[in-house]
Amino acid sequence: MPRIGVFVCQCGNNIAATVDTKKVASDMGKLLGVVYTCDYKFMCSSPGQEMLKQAIKENNLDGVIVSACSPHMHEKTFRKASEAAGLNPYQCEITNIREQCSWVHHDKTRAVGTLKSNDLTRMTIERLKRNKPLQKIKIPVKKRALVIGGGIAGIQAALDIAEGGREVILVEKEPSIGGNMARLSETFPTMDCSQCILTPKMVEVELNENIKLYTYSEIEKVDGYIGNFTVQIRRKSKYVDEERCTGCGECIEKCPFKVESQFELGLAKRKVIYTPFPQSVPNVPVIDAPNCTKIQKDKCGVCAVVCGPKCIDFKMEDKVVTEEVGAIVVATGYTLMPNERFGAYGYGKIKDVISGMQFERLASSSGPTGGEIRRPSDGKVPESVVFIQCVGSRDEKCGVSYCSKICCMYTAKHTMLYSHKVHGGQSYVFYMDIRSGGKRYEEFVRRAIEHDNAMYLRGRVSRVYEKDGKVIVQGADTLSGSQVEIEADMVVLATAIVSREGADTVAQKLGIGYDKYKFYNEYHPKLKPVETVTAGIYLAGTCMGPMDIPESVAQGSAAAAKVMALFSADEMAREPITALVNKVTCNACWDCLTACPYSAIEREAVKNRQGEVVRWLAKVNDGLCQGCGVCVAACRSKSIDLKGYTDEQVFAAINAF
Amino acid sequence: MSGHAEHKETQGGYEPKIMAFVCNWCTYAGADLAGTSRMEYRPNVRIIKLPCTGRIDPLFIIKAFENGADGVLVSGCHPGDCHYTTGNYHARRRWIGFKNLMEFVGIDMRRLHFSWVSASEAIKWVDLINNVTDEIKKLGPFMDYKGLKEAAPAE
Ligand SMILES: Cc1cc2nc3c(=O)[nH]c(=O)nc-3n(C[C@H](O)[C@H](O)[C@H](O)COP(=O)(O)OP(=O)(O)OC[C@H]3O[C@@H](n4cnc5c(N)ncnc54)[C@H](O)[C@@H]3O)c2cc1C
Ligand code: SF4
Ligand code: SF4
Ligand code: FES
Repeated sequence: MPRIGVFVCQCGNNIAATVDTKKVASDMGKLLGVVYTCDYKFMCSSPGQEMLKQAIKENNLDGVIVSACSPHMHEKTFRKASEAAGLNPYQCEITNIREQCSWVHHDKTRAVGTLKSNDLTRMTIERLKRNKPLQKIKIPVKKRALVIGGGIAGIQAALDIAEGGREVILVEKEPSIGGNMARLSETFPTMDCSQCILTPKMVEVELNENIKLYTYSEIEKVDGYIGNFTVQIRRKSKYVDEERCTGCGECIEKCPFKVESQFELGLAKRKVIYTPFPQSVPNVPVIDAPNCTKIQKDKCGVCAVVCGPKCIDFKMEDKVVTEEVGAIVVATGYTLMPNERFGAYGYGKIKDVISGMQFERLASSSGPTGGEIRRPSDGKVPESVVFIQCVGSRDEKCGVSYCSKICCMYTAKHTMLYSHKVHGGQSYVFYMDIRSGGKRYEEFVRRAIEHDNAMYLRGRVSRVYEKDGKVIVQGADTLSGSQVEIEADMVVLATAIVSREGADTVAQKLGIGYDKYKFYNEYHPKLKPVETVTAGIYLAGTCMGPMDIPESVAQGSAAAAKVMALFSADEMAREPITALVNKVTCNACWDCLTACPYSAIEREAVKNRQGEVVRWLAKVNDGLCQGCGVCVAACRSKSIDLKGYTDEQVFAAINAF
Repeated sequence: MSGHAEHKETQGGYEPKIMAFVCNWCTYAGADLAGTSRMEYRPNVRIIKLPCTGRIDPLFIIKAFENGADGVLVSGCHPGDCHYTTGNYHARRRWIGFKNLMEFVGIDMRRLHFSWVSASEAIKWVDLINNVTDEIKKLGPFMDYKGLKEAAPAE
């Protein structure tokens, strides 16, 4: 026979005004298994909690009900007090007779409130009788982190975690870390040179003993759950022995073949054995296998001949390595909307119509023109440049209804760079409206307009075409209400920021969500901005949506802080509300497995003594299960139940209705 | 265990009993908010809290009718807002399939209500309870299933 105690709270007058708490206590005392009842002014006060503890001990209670405010308020308080008195905390249940009774039924005779409080308490008592003691789930935590993507966001996250004393594995798919920021010339709003602030951080990554850097590598497979992930990483063959390479660059020097440089976005060529840019980290070249005549046709091989330390190996193969980590930070960044979408603007057809990122390369002192603004077609310094904003952004027809957020700022920056580099040059900007809502951002745009003589025209461009070596831009100036036609030497398009190709595949490997643009979903847009729905996996930077460097860095640090908090204890305690399979009745239909939103259900093989599989069973992974109970309702043979919300408990409550 | 509270015969006449199955994250919090905002609504509803609407087994609903409910309400997060991302989609899909069965076993669909109530929609909760109560009141007591429970052998 259970020994249940019922404690009815008056909550000052908050409950007592419309509920006769004494009557509830005495009515409940008549129920089977209830051995102690009382009512009290403030159950949550220290004396209230003391009384609860006292009563548990003196009456040897094996379950308690506190009929009081919402469990969202004080369930934890009373469970803790019960635990202190030696009771399993999950043997303490709350009945909500305040928010959902006394406060919403204002009957002053107290008849209505008392009756409802009785009903609700009785239902909780019957449920409690079917409770089983539960133990918090303890999960051991591996204190190493994986960071995917070595742009500024990933670099920041990796450095912060490493400086906190934990090991980090940083995986970057390109031959060098740095990401898009490595391409930028100078950065708004302070105009510091991008390389100057980025390179030291890249070097720090290389030198930090806590960071293991895998470049030219990608995630192959992710298994496990928070605290315990197993990750397979494919290290693509570089054909160069990283350990022995000194980075002398002799091989690059002597390689006779050139192809288009992805890093320079088609504005320059690079060798077939190459580093993407001079400050690459690591400073180890890779061979672009599809273009290498030695690898393809067994001709040439000059790099291997000139290499002093003999680190070139044309037979090198991809390697898959396995790493165990406790947390993952995803920082895979963004790309720009591909050219083909902007036929009307001549992009891809007219040589002197370029993207904003290409302009960054022209303005960069380490770029193909050494920082001089020269147009791609004939290398001439353009006397006038038209910048067009919102190309693809805020335009559902191009597939993107959002604002790319940073283009207003970098276009203003481009007009400044242009006016500093080309004296007497005239820039025009077509814009929809100016969004400069950051610290010192509005002042920055004003400076472009007032000091650097940029001519801002509010309106859309209708057509761009080539005529006599000029690029003609036709558009509307909606402020003056007139049509304008500008003869420009070059046109720069602020193309939309979009997610990377394959972003969805990466998300599926990790089990995280993404929106219709394939940007990754944060758990909660305001309160959990760097978490994902998968515990232990965090986000940073532009893989979530357009943002600038300061935001990307802040998120890198935020994700690192989350990881460090997780690593602060050896074990993680979790609420034990998880699903449990009945091994006798489960018929391996996998209905639960397909229904579970967290892929928490696994297939378990039951083997006989000979080691042959005799049957299969569903098995819940406690590390992944979030306790939603979707599987329970999905199972047709009633072979899976949810601890803390078992069928038996729920039916008992319904029966007591 | 037998449900005790008989239908109250107050001055207003017959008072229906309504059982609500709600998820912990949205509707339960919405109902709490109605309380903290001191709104008032009809007292006929008894809530059973579950982690998610995805946990709601259609049998719960039948059991509720068997135990004297005149109406049943199922409520959770809006589509897309489920705390467990997709639990409410499962509930909705299951619900569509189950609807036919409910009709087949003789449950008047007007006694069964399904509604999304977010944690901030206290007013929606209040209106919902008042409307459902009024509607069930008009329909009168649901006797078909109550009989079953009494006829069944004691547990
Ligand atoms: C034209 C232009 C000008 C700009 N100017 C400025 C400016 O002046 N000031 C400013 O604050 N911001 C500026 N920005 C924005 C800035 O570029 C971004 O905010 C910043 O680079 C975002 O960094 P990130 O780390 O999030 O992404 P990224 O820089 O895109 O880095 C992501 C990294 O992840 C790697 N990666 C991707 N997928 C995988 C994978 N599956 N596995 C492993 N690695 C992967 C990529 O190779 C890359 O190295 C500008 C942007 C543009 C387009
Ligand atoms: S749904 Fe039920 S019977 Fe089917 S695999 Fe899962 S637990 Fe086993
Ligand atoms: S309770 Fe939810 S998260 Fe846990 S196994 Fe079942 S469906 Fe998956
Ligand atoms: S948590 Fe509210 S419906 Fe799933």
